[in-house]
Amino acid sequence: MAAATLLALNLAGLGRHLCKTLFSTPSSSHAFLKPHLLTFPKQFRCPLSSASTSSRRFCTRSSPPDLDYIGAADEKYDVIVVGGGHAGCEAALAAARLGAKTLLLTLNIDRIAWQPCNPAVGGPAKSQLVHEVDALGGEIGKIADRCYLQKRVLNVSRGPAVHALRAQTDKREYAMQMKKVVESTPNLSIREAMVTDILVGKNDNVEGRAGESASHGLTENLQRFGFETDRLKTGTPARVDIRTVDFSVLEPQHGDEEVGWFSFDPDVHIEREQMCCYLTRTTRRTHQIIRDNLHETPTYGGWVEAKGPRYCPSIEDKIVRFQDKESHQIFLEPEGRHVPELYVQGFSTGLPERLQLPLLRTLPGLENCSMLRPAYAVEYDFLPAYQCARSLMTKKIEGLFFSGQINGTTGYEEAAAQGIISGINAARHSDGKSLVILERESSYVGTLIDDLVTKDLREPYRMLTSRSEHRLLLRSDNADSRLTPLGREVGLIDERRWKLYQEKQARISEEKKRLKSVRVSGEDLAADVMKVSGQPVRDSSTLESLLKKPHIQYGILDKHGFGNSNLSRMEKECVEIDIKYEGFILRQQSQLQQMVSQQHRPLPADLNYYAMTTLSIEAREKLSKVRPQTIGQASRVGGVSPADMTALLIVLETNRRTAQEQKRCQMLNAIRTDVPEEVPEAVSCTETVSSG
Amino acid sequence: MALEYFPALRHFLRRVCWFSQSPPSRPAIPLRLNLSFCTNCLLSSKSTSPISKVLKPRATSKENYTFFLNKDERFAEPVGAVHDLCRVQNTSTIAAIVTSLGGPPGAVGIVRLSGPSAVDIASRVFRPTRKRKKITWQPISHVVEHGMVLDTDGNVIDEVLVVPMLAPRSYTREDVIELQCHGSEVCLRRVLRTCLEAGARLAEPGEFTLRAFLNGRLDLSQAENVGRLITAKSVAAADAALAGIQGGFSSLVRSLRIQCIELLTEIEARLDFDDEMPPLDLNLLMDKIHTMSQEVQDALETANYDKLLQSGLQIAIVGRPNVGKSSLLNAWCKSERAIVTEIAGTTRDVIEASVTINGIPITLLDTAGIRDTDDIVEKIGVERSEAVAMGADLIIMTVSAVEGWTLEDTKLLERIQYNKRSVGSSTPAILVINKTDCAPGTEIGWTKVCSNFFSKHVFTCAVTGEGLQELERVVLEIVGLNSIPTGGRKWTVNQRQCEQLVRTKEALERLKASIEEKLPLDFWTIDLRDAALALGQISGEDMSEEVLSNIFSKFCIGK
Repeated sequence: MAAATLLALNLAGLGRHLCKTLFSTPSSSHAFLKPHLLTFPKQFRCPLSSASTSSRRFCTRSSPPDLDYIGAADEKYDVIVVGGGHAGCEAALAAARLGAKTLLLTLNIDRIAWQPCNPAVGGPAKSQLVHEVDALGGEIGKIADRCYLQKRVLNVSRGPAVHALRAQTDKREYAMQMKKVVESTPNLSIREAMVTDILVGKNDNVEGRAGESASHGLTENLQRFGFETDRLKTGTPARVDIRTVDFSVLEPQHGDEEVGWFSFDPDVHIEREQMCCYLTRTTRRTHQIIRDNLHETPTYGGWVEAKGPRYCPSIEDKIVRFQDKESHQIFLEPEGRHVPELYVQGFSTGLPERLQLPLLRTLPGLENCSMLRPAYAVEYDFLPAYQCARSLMTKKIEGLFFSGQINGTTGYEEAAAQGIISGINAARHSDGKSLVILERESSYVGTLIDDLVTKDLREPYRMLTSRSEHRLLLRSDNADSRLTPLGREVGLIDERRWKLYQEKQARISEEKKRLKSVRVSGEDLAADVMKVSGQPVRDSSTLESLLKKPHIQYGILDKHGFGNSNLSRMEKECVEIDIKYEGFILRQQSQLQQMVSQQHRPLPADLNYYAMTTLSIEAREKLSKVRPQTIGQASRVGGVSPADMTALLIVLETNRRTAQEQKRCQMLNAIRTDVPEEVPEAVSCTETVSSG
Repeated sequence: MALEYFPALRHFLRRVCWFSQSPPSRPAIPLRLNLSFCTNCLLSSKSTSPISKVLKPRATSKENYTFFLNKDERFAEPVGAVHDLCRVQNTSTIAAIVTSLGGPPGAVGIVRLSGPSAVDIASRVFRPTRKRKKITWQPISHVVEHGMVLDTDGNVIDEVLVVPMLAPRSYTREDVIELQCHGSEVCLRRVLRTCLEAGARLAEPGEFTLRAFLNGRLDLSQAENVGRLITAKSVAAADAALAGIQGGFSSLVRSLRIQCIELLTEIEARLDFDDEMPPLDLNLLMDKIHTMSQEVQDALETANYDKLLQSGLQIAIVGRPNVGKSSLLNAWCKSERAIVTEIAGTTRDVIEASVTINGIPITLLDTAGIRDTDDIVEKIGVERSEAVAMGADLIIMTVSAVEGWTLEDTKLLERIQYNKRSVGSSTPAILVINKTDCAPGTEIGWTKVCSNFFSKHVFTCAVTGEGLQELERVVLEIVGLNSIPTGGRKWTVNQRQCEQLVRTKEALERLKASIEEKLPLDFWTIDLRDAALALGQISGEDMSEEVLSNIFSKFCIGK
């Protein structure tokens, strides 16, 4: 899905240098930053409301390089965040909360944290990101919890690691809430900065502007700095007027009765009335129209070459790829409580506008609908993130951090996850502190960043559960115990949250102890367990052992009066998972241990991969480009085969031994110079030499 | 705090030393959320106050891991001196006599040179017979040349054939020159010495293979097999090692691993894109897992075979005096190894003879007939017989078909059983009913005797050789090799590979259990991943620390 922040470029940390350079005595050591400084206020963004075509292209255009809006006053900032999307908001909030004087530059203050695409937060893998950002002290989870229209837990039957909370959100309310938070945060100032332009593709009526505006946009300026840029494609479906849809023929989808929460902060756990989503399907007629008009789509018509996401395919992609499937599910999702827009999920298309309404009207329930806004596909610039370190600081320019769509990701959650990390790091950097790096195995956030800076991105990056190798350890229920201590140490978790966290952990551990010690025999509970699990129950079994049996959940303890009423539903779930899947968790941990000791070994920064003749040519090129920081990262670089890794490990070990040997020789030589030279040992040829 | 800034200091020093011209920048030290931290957190719900423990070490613990932001790292062209290190191990040219020494001299012996200056060294010691216009000798790869080896003073040492194999078309993927000399040790040593004097270094044991491995010519399991091929004792062992080099086992492991990964992909795709995918076919899935598990099992069975190929099998032939033990031995090894007479108690000492069954080297031990005796020599013989019976891998107890099962046999059996019980061993035993030619039609009634102690019984006639094939078959069956198809699977599995195969098998078993218990889909991936990891370890595709250190302990690298 198209992400909220079309470009969240966080030029954090530069601010201080900037202000010094501009308004006080420029320090010579920062002079090299000067030419770049002029570029950062320029920002591009697609004003979605004016979209009217199926294909367009973002480009940046510069306004005259005046920095007046910063104010004549000698305001100085530690961190400047460019872009008020989901990454920008998290970054700005994190930086400001850590005490850095922060400036957030955005095009439109009312469109802060706007949701230009799907008005939803969470879903498989993305929900883990939201939980993790919240555990670190971020905002996205809280806002989603406050603004939800509907909440559902997906993948319930697929195991605790892939449970995914998804919330439909009210996008207006979401933006307003975020604005409120941003505006009320100390240390944080907001300015509107506007530079925006759109270059459009084939069938657009504002085409005339395309040629003339190719001057120094942000992208171009970054390119001049030696950053490599590339283009990606994404799309968003049409919106229809909710008042023109016949819901009586559609299958309603209600929210969960027991609402789940993204945030670990109980203050935002306020239930609200839920709205309904609806399910419809494509028909034979839909497929016919699309097949007849494929040549009109950018992808199949052949004039857009950027790579769209495979996992978020347009409806024409779906129909072309799954030819034997007669119908595809389409979800109708409200965009807010007080807006008429209905989001047609699963129906994004690159077909021209004139075909879109007839297409929508082939769907049951939408026969008489009116279209409020057409679907369109967009192309945008991104900077392949191998140019960033795992701290999200660019390798080229110290103090410049990238996060969000500029790194090639799609999705609000992915943006927020990067945003909080670059916000934290920008603040720490301006403070002269060490940078925070989340290891891949620590979290989905770590996995996301590791993938971004390591892998060769060919399509917009979306978080998926299968991207995490050890996801059983990275569940939503333990996001707080994984990351809140870090959030606390960094300084984003306040006293109140910390206390709540500690109490929760204590309750869980107490409960686990209790379940281990309490034994039951021959009671109703035992009989019930036997019935549900189909397994015999021995006399005086512990509650723990009962819970380990198949299909037994904590609820059964509650039912028979063996539960603990001090625990919340979520805490009970934590206990249940810890006990029930202990064996698997331990096994995964040992897998992880086995792998990690090797993977975390650092790679020397000055390795010359081109000199390693045992590596394949491709591996030499890719490794030289990405310059991985650890062995594990190297193994994940695209084009590096296991055989290459073997060769690399051997070269490293050989180097180490050679260096050791040389050192030894030098020491010996140093000693020898004092001693009269000895006769060198004659080469012995008497040994039997066996060899292959 | 001091420690925390240590990397910063180092960084600073580096900057000052190496990049003094570039503007100084603020050092960045990573604060790392390391693994121990994350596992601690995972466990933290178990311990009461883990946080205080966790927080301290994080920023400071990984002083060995320092990550520097080097602005210039993409542009900075490495200086020559830095990357030369990568090549050090390849720069030396090694030489060794690669044919065996110590035995009677062969007609031809070979000195092999390998390394970048192999050609250079060879041209210094070798003078081709055919004169060329060019002054320096320029070998053509894979073309044999005749000539002389000269020592440093220009004296002819030997007349040789030179086989140049230039990189990368050689065993080590380096330039290789082989000098085929006359086979006597003196010749070979003089040629080698000349090569060493011309600049080569004496190769470490296994170094040619090591280079082949390092240069990517062999994978790990292939390299291991080279070692086994060289030390092979029997034809079958050599065949197995050769099959290993050619990659039969590697390809099986690779295919199993790919299957695991495919299944993993199938399952994981359903975690993320359930709507788009057809439902999983559970029966098909189970079938696949079952087949994989069976293949792993088959491979494991060859591990047993491998052990036998390497160490062989000892079979003790025991029995009362004069039941034809020595005749059996002679008939089996097809020679008059043991003295055979009509007199009971002829064999006094333990007699060894070697045979091979299906390529497995077998040592037959003929023993003195076990009986109570006053003869001192025979008494010692009997004691030895018992000792041998205890130590053998397999016992063949021989009885006479003419006399049938006698009281003495029962006594003898009890003695063996008693001995075995006392040491707690469980050596399998076969009952051989010999002399069937003298007592035809007595083949009934033995099954009852057999069932108690013997795994099998076989009727033989040592004089005609009848029943010996059956005996061999039974022996193979008992050591568990009957399932190895003759001529089928040639490669075998060594200890390291065996461990990982066992791990694979266990993971697959757990996976089956998870599916049967209807555990959620996500849990299936854990054991599947484990299986894939284990298989990856065998071929070296997933290199663990252990594999790496193993390689470096086997081969001497970096000398």
